[in-house]
Amino acid sequence: MITRRLILNFPEKIVTKPITYRLVKDYDLQFNILRAEITADVTGKILLEIMGSKNKIEEGIKFLEGEGVSIQEASRDIIVDKEQCMDCGVCTSICITQALILDKNNYRLLFDKDKCILCGFCQNCCPVNAIKLNI
Amino acid sequence: MAKTLEEINKKIKNGSVVVLNAEEIIDYAEQNGVKKTARDIDVVTTATFGPMCSTGAFLSFGHSDPPIKMSKVWLNDVPAYAGIAAVDVYIGATELSETEDMNYGGAYVIEDLISGKPVKLRATAYGTDCYPRKEIETYITLESINQAYIFNPRNVYQNYAAATNSSNKTIYTYMGKLMPNFGNITFSSAGQLSPLLNDPYYRTIGIGTRIFIGGGQGYVAWQGTQHNPGKDRLANGTPSGPAGTLALIGDMKKMNKNFIRAATFHGYGITMYVGVGIPIPVLDEEMVEFLKVKDEDIYTEIMDYSVQRRNKPSLGKINYKQLKSGSIMLKGKKIQTGSFSSYAKALEIANLLKSWITKGHFLMTNFTAPLPWDEKVNTLNILSKEEL
Repeated sequence: MITRRLILNFPEKIVTKPITYRLVKDYDLQFNILRAEITADVTGKILLEIMGSKNKIEEGIKFLEGEGVSIQEASRDIIVDKEQCMDCGVCTSICITQALILDKNNYRLLFDKDKCILCGFCQNCCPVNAIKLNI
Repeated sequence: MAKTLEEINKKIKNGSVVVLNAEEIIDYAEQNGVKKTARDIDVVTTATFGPMCSTGAFLSFGHSDPPIKMSKVWLNDVPAYAGIAAVDVYIGATELSETEDMNYGGAYVIEDLISGKPVKLRATAYGTDCYPRKEIETYITLESINQAYIFNPRNVYQNYAAATNSSNKTIYTYMGKLMPNFGNITFSSAGQLSPLLNDPYYRTIGIGTRIFIGGGQGYVAWQGTQHNPGKDRLANGTPSGPAGTLALIGDMKKMNKNFIRAATFHGYGITMYVGVGIPIPVLDEEMVEFLKVKDEDIYTEIMDYSVQRRNKPSLGKINYKQLKSGSIMLKGKKIQTGSFSSYAKALEIANLLKSWITKGHFLMTNFTAPLPWDEKVNTLNILSKEEL
C-alpha cells in the first residue's frame, strides 16, 4: 500500500464526465480529494491523494490518461524560492499541515513537500512573493 | 569594575575585544555568573530584521542643463515628495506606483537603486527665471546621483503586539494575513536579540549612536515617531508592548539588498524590511543583567485585529519563547504562530556586526544626547478649532 499525490487536469470535453469513481470501482483504490476547481477556461483540476498497491495506482493512472486526463505529481508544483526567502516564517503560521516550519537549530525555513496539500493559503502571505503555487 | 567606552574602543583597535551576540550572552552569563561576564565580555551585538513602513530615502539628483526646480517627481512612476529644494526628494517606502498599484512602490524603487538598477526619473515644474525647465525625463542610478540616504522616522520598535483574528473571514493587515476564527497569530520582534529589549532604559543607545543599517554603517538620528518610553515594564525593564523607538539614518550607497528588502503585504500595501544592528557595551554588571534577557522573560499582548478601532481588545499576554515555539493554546484551541520579522536574518546581522567589531572595522560611540523620557503617544481627535 503506497500513497501518491497527483494533480488531475480535465480538459473541457470531459470536465462534466464522471471518471474518478472508477478508480474505486475498477482499481480498488482509495482517494482523498484535497482540492478541486474548475477554471475560467472550463478545465478542471483535482488534487488527489491516492492510496493503493503500486500496480493498481499505475493501472488507474493509465485508465485516467486513456480518458484524456493529464496527470502531474503534485509535489512538483509548489516552489519556495530560497533566493528570495528571508526566513521570516510568517508562512508557518498559515500552513495547516506544518509542511512549512522553521528549523529549530538555525531558524531557516524548511519545506516538506510530502506534507503539503497545496491548499495555497501560504502563497499570498509571503511578503517577498517567494512561494509560488501552480495547480 | 566598570569599563568605559574608551577602554572598549582601545581593545577593538588592538584586537583584544571580546564580543558575543545577544543570544550567546544568555548562556555565557548563566554559566559564568554576572560578575565574571561583566569582566570577560566587552560588547554584545543586538539586531533586528523586520518590516518598517516608516522608511524612506532622501535623494539629491544633481542639476540638469537648463536646470529645473522639480515640483512633481516620479521614480519608476512612483510619486516622490519634492516640496523641498530644487532637485531633492524624499521617496517613501509605502508610496504606491501610479501604473502598477500594489505590485510596485517606493520600497521597490529604493531596492532597485541599491541593486544598481537604472530608475526612470520624471519631473514637472512651473519654471522660474533661474530654473527655466518645465519637465524632464531621464534615468538615474544610485551611483549617478549625489547624496542618497535612508531616513527612518521610526524603527527598532521596543516590542510590539502579536495579532490574531476572531472574525469569520480572512483579513489582510500590516500584521500579515490573519486567518478566520483565531486561525493564526503573527508577531514581529527579534525578542532576546532585539536592540531596545537588551538596553531597556536606553543607558547606552541614544542620539548619535553608531549602528549597522542595511549592510552599511549609520546613526541613531533622534527618538523615533511614537516613542513611548512610559509604557509599563516588567522587573527586567522590558515593556510588554510598543514602547521606545528610534529614528535612523544611513548611507544608501553603502547598503546591499541582502539587508534591506522591499515587501508587499497582500491586501495591505508595500513596506520595507530594514536590517539594523546595534552593539551594546558591557559597561558593568547592571548591563549584563539587562543583556541576559531571554525570550521567555519578554512578554507581549495578543490583540484582536478584526476590531477596526484604534484600541483593539487584548486576548492576554504571552512570552516570545511560546510565540517562537510554533503554536500556543488560546481559548482552549491550539493556534499556530509565525513571525514576520526574520530571526535568522537578525542573527546573521548580529554576527556580522560582531565580526566587524572583532576585526576593528566598527568603533563604539557614546551618544551625544540621551533619548527623552517625557514623551508619550497622543491620539488624533476630530475637533473643530474652538474645541481644541
